[in-house]
Amino acid sequence: MRDFAPDMAMTFQAEGLRVGRNGVTLLNVDHLAIDGPGPTLILGPNGAGKSLLLRCLHGLVAPDAGRVLVDGAPCAEALRTRQAMVFQRPVLLRRSVQGNLDFVLRRRGVPRADRPARIAALLAEGGLAQKARQPARSLSGGEAQRLAILRAMATDPEVLFLDEPTSALDPSATQAIEALILDASRRGIRIVMVTHDIGQARRLGQDVVLMHGGRVVEHAPAARFFEAPETPIARRFLAGALVI
Amino acid sequence: MQDFAQEFSLALRLILTGDPDLWEIVLLSLQVSLTAVVIAAAIAMPLGAALAVLRFPGRRAVIVLINALMGLPPVVVGLLVYLSLSRSGPLGVLQLLYTPTAMIIAQVLLVAPIITALTRQTVETLDAEYAEQLRSLGVSRLASVPTLLWDGRLALLTALLAGFGRAIAEVGAVIMVGGNINHVTRVMTTTIALETSKGNLALALALGTILIALAITVTAAVSALVERGEGAEVRHA
Repeated sequence: MRDFAPDMAMTFQAEGLRVGRNGVTLLNVDHLAIDGPGPTLILGPNGAGKSLLLRCLHGLVAPDAGRVLVDGAPCAEALRTRQAMVFQRPVLLRRSVQGNLDFVLRRRGVPRADRPARIAALLAEGGLAQKARQPARSLSGGEAQRLAILRAMATDPEVLFLDEPTSALDPSATQAIEALILDASRRGIRIVMVTHDIGQARRLGQDVVLMHGGRVVEHAPAARFFEAPETPIARRFLAGALVI
Repeated sequence: MQDFAQEFSLALRLILTGDPDLWEIVLLSLQVSLTAVVIAAAIAMPLGAALAVLRFPGRRAVIVLINALMGLPPVVVGLLVYLSLSRSGPLGVLQLLYTPTAMIIAQVLLVAPIITALTRQTVETLDAEYAEQLRSLGVSRLASVPTLLWDGRLALLTALLAGFGRAIAEVGAVIMVGGNINHVTRVMTTTIALETSKGNLALALALGTILIALAITVTAAVSALVERGEGAEVRHA
């Protein structure tokens, strides 16, 4: 597993990002720089454009206008191999738990002889060692999401995008996922995570981006955002008064 | 009624005594149809999967065409293969007419569209779920085809079963290109047709019984495999 200082983590700059569908603007971000240390949490109510922004940053959605710069250069396909993404509903391959990890390691060119040890280490890290041979799709929601994160980690990413990974989980499963995320962050992996859970953003975030109506309303260090939000929308959101 | 009972009893005796002529026909039928399904699957599965994941001009038209070919009349296929393999046809030099190979070619043409269409449908459904995740993992659209085929394997068994059903039950095309020659190209369906017209109901009934038993056995085996695969996912949940 790579070990590097947080200030060496991949940086992102979104410039003039526009995404629309059927004449409706869904994303309209003039400027956003994700370059600070610690996890970046993208907050906002439903329909704010959080997931769409995440997909644009990861390169899964091509914007109608604007661009995403990764480490100051346009995002190329090759750069995505240094990133990983975990989706709201974990998409697990129809094979065993260890088969899901083996798939990624094989694609990354890890020699066959080295894979079992890597898989065992990952499963131990995620508390899934006992379920290695079990069909992945028979896991509970929390276990499935943990496996999705472990599979993302198996790619040895520099950036981990997470799209509301705990939205359908109970508190204990959420806690296990958050532990994995914090551990990844401590190893120097840049975390960019979407959530609408303010409590989770307080627990995990060092950098907060608040979105509303497809726009970035506020972008600030977490402590400042939660203690002294600058915009009325942020204040309403933190007060639970901003529903949509 | 008494005649029917007598014929049926004779048919059972043919089966149980291991009549060599009867089992030769059964084995040739299986050999021809299984070979045809394997060849058709090797062509149709990657083709169906590629149709599911790739986007190109005319894709819709190709899908409509393949769906239409699922209902291709066997006698038309038989005629086309006959014309191609006949002495004056473009492939006449191969001298394949009235051989098991000609029957396999005809069955491949009949089965391939069925497997292609069902594979396309299965893989497209799976791709809708997998596409973003595979792309995020750095898997290109074309490179995702083997993954989608492997992960759709249980559903694709049903596509193979449909293809085998079409092949083993086929009469029109194989009789035209095979000629129903005794000990050479005589298969179950063509023999049933011939022996019934000759009034030799015992052999026809024996083959009919085996054909139905085969259909039930193969379907049951595939269903068991599919249920076992799906059950394994549920059992641990």
